[in-house]
Amino acid sequence: MKILTTPRMERCIGCHSCSLACARLLHKRLSWDTAGIRIRSSGGLSTGFEASICLSCDPAPCVKVCPTGAYSQRKGGGVVVRKKLCIRCGDCATACPVDAIYLDMSGEPFVCIHCGRCVAYCPHDCLEHTEVSGEAGGTAEKEQADTGEVAS
Amino acid sequence: MIRDHFKVLVVDLSTGRSTFSDIDGRDTVAGGSGLAAMLFGKYGLLDKPWNEPGQPLIFTIGPLTGYFPLMSKTVCAFKSPYHDQYAESHGGGRSALSLRFADVDALVITGRAKSPSALIVGSRQIEIKDVHFLWGTDLQVAGKVLRRMFPGAGHRTILRIGPAGERQSPMACITADTYRHFGRLGGGAVMGAKNLKAIMIHGDSSFPLPEGKEYTKIFEDVHTKMTDTDMMSKYHDLGTPINVAVLNDIKALPIRNLQATADPATAGITGERFAEVALLRNAACAGCPVGCIHIGFVRERFQKENRYLYRQISYDHELIVTVGSMLGVMDCFEVLKLIDVAEKMGLDVMSPGVALAWATEALAKGIITEKETLVPLAFGNSASYQAAIQHLAYGANEFYQLLSQGTMKAVERYGGGDFACVLGQEMAGYATGETFFVSQALGLRHSHLDAGGYSYDQKPKGKKIEDAVKFLIQDEKARGFLTSMVSCLFARGVYSDELLAGCLNSVGYGTLAGSIGPVSEEIQKLRWKMRVSSGFRPENVSIPKRFTEITTWKGQIDTVFLNSLKDQYASAIMDLARADTTASPSERKDGL
Repeated sequence: MKILTTPRMERCIGCHSCSLACARLLHKRLSWDTAGIRIRSSGGLSTGFEASICLSCDPAPCVKVCPTGAYSQRKGGGVVVRKKLCIRCGDCATACPVDAIYLDMSGEPFVCIHCGRCVAYCPHDCLEHTEVSGEAGGTAEKEQADTGEVAS
Repeated sequence: MIRDHFKVLVVDLSTGRSTFSDIDGRDTVAGGSGLAAMLFGKYGLLDKPWNEPGQPLIFTIGPLTGYFPLMSKTVCAFKSPYHDQYAESHGGGRSALSLRFADVDALVITGRAKSPSALIVGSRQIEIKDVHFLWGTDLQVAGKVLRRMFPGAGHRTILRIGPAGERQSPMACITADTYRHFGRLGGGAVMGAKNLKAIMIHGDSSFPLPEGKEYTKIFEDVHTKMTDTDMMSKYHDLGTPINVAVLNDIKALPIRNLQATADPATAGITGERFAEVALLRNAACAGCPVGCIHIGFVRERFQKENRYLYRQISYDHELIVTVGSMLGVMDCFEVLKLIDVAEKMGLDVMSPGVALAWATEALAKGIITEKETLVPLAFGNSASYQAAIQHLAYGANEFYQLLSQGTMKAVERYGGGDFACVLGQEMAGYATGETFFVSQALGLRHSHLDAGGYSYDQKPKGKKIEDAVKFLIQDEKARGFLTSMVSCLFARGVYSDELLAGCLNSVGYGTLAGSIGPVSEEIQKLRWKMRVSSGFRPENVSIPKRFTEITTWKGQIDTVFLNSLKDQYASAIMDLARADTTASPSERKDGL
């Protein structure tokens, strides 16, 4: 089981290629918001950049508060989201301690599914798709697909 | 968002009211440069001075902005305080993607705010906020406060001006997100005249992508070319400063007010030297994986004990030449200090550098005295230049007030025009020869990027005037289409017409994709029409004597060729400006 990590953010140049790739490839949108990874400056451009990303909690607070079961625990950390069950209450975003869940204007949540597709688009190798201990399984995307939905 | 027209937001600072207009023209002017010229035709006041409150300050993006790598620039258009004519200035940072995600193709700002203000624009927000407490602050201070005041970190652009813009100096720039600029021709003064300290654009919406695989496929093709080939390595590696050593080697580097074109001492300010000792890190415009922004550092001992502060300053070839070699400052850290002072003041770094190079020679020749310069300007004296840049920003006396309007304004008062390194505006960092000098002097933006004259000079193409004119016209036309997309011109080697057609097709602009040739011609004519109808007379442009006195690797400048090229290029420009255009802004009756 792999998770997405951001071990080398000191190298980040703020090009937003990762966010744009996630939105483009996973959610079929042009966006730097509706993406599982989002980049912001850490207090002005002179101080570098940080990534808002799911830290693959286990147990995940967003799963605990989700009233419909749209969020469930992912093997190896992180969550699987069945958007068909989501009622746009936004409780997941409120519960997330690291601001990893973005709600668009309709309240639809966007969170990293740890598929790792953004990694190849980072020109400075800031990101890593890392194997973690846990039960063997398919890719995050496959798992999302198995459970109903990959994207919005 | 993909649409067959332009969504234009017009904000009137005088009334505080804003309106949206749907304007046709996607298939005739495309966007970016073409759209800016068309909108200036609609909103500009050709017979009124640049600082008339009703004059528009225009920001435009293009049909491919955000959809493809390096489609990451914004075109800013206005009536320039430098020459009181139509002008374009291009900038990056996060400005382009912020406009895209704020869901406007163009932002037009008219009127004058009652008090120093900030304009905030987002897809669900338009607000004019009083920020009188920021008036007078330098760009560093203003940036810190503005970041705290407004939401959207990471997904917004903050465009702001410094003291030079507030004072309406034609050398004032608009700074975008700390490290990028709408640098030249005085956009900062236009904001100052509008009482507008800052513009914050929040890119807070998103759009569905085209169905099917075509878009994804061509995106991958472009991305690969930008990142996995050598096509962009120059910009990714040493960046534009790689040119310093290259030009010095061929005797084409402007040095000490163009008194020389090569000097071994320039070893202290080459791209290689900067990378070795002063390069701290890189940054990128949003949507650009190349990351050409090179950020150096200076540290300053502020107490006798070992107490230091440090600053991060972006550098490029043009800046290194204009406040480095042109001022005889051959140490990279001293160059960074000079850039830093100009940046804080909100000055376009290039113009003050070249203007002070002229002032240094004028002082040495006795045309002016230290009574005018206030500090002992001398080539290599970085401390004096740091003080002088502040004097320019604040207009410390009559001399600096004149000089900050452009070197030629000071020449009118004091003389010394023979050695003023002005090509339409203060020269860029190339002394490659006749074609570049004519290209910048007559170019639409008076920019080295208007056409590749510097490149033409370096290729053995013979000495036919008509060939050079043809090259300048064709190259300018192609670049004008790219800046209508709006691409970074560093990607011009990647974005061929064929590739651009593929990109446009993939997102639904099939008609535009099929008419790149005629649309390019239309845009070129429209831009020149705006320029000429606002007062530009290319036949009246003169190239100062200093440019004819230099020696490059090709030998002495050929003044006969230079003057003939200038005359024939001027004639070709006037033909373009007089030609019929079909583009005129027509507003859709149905509105939004």
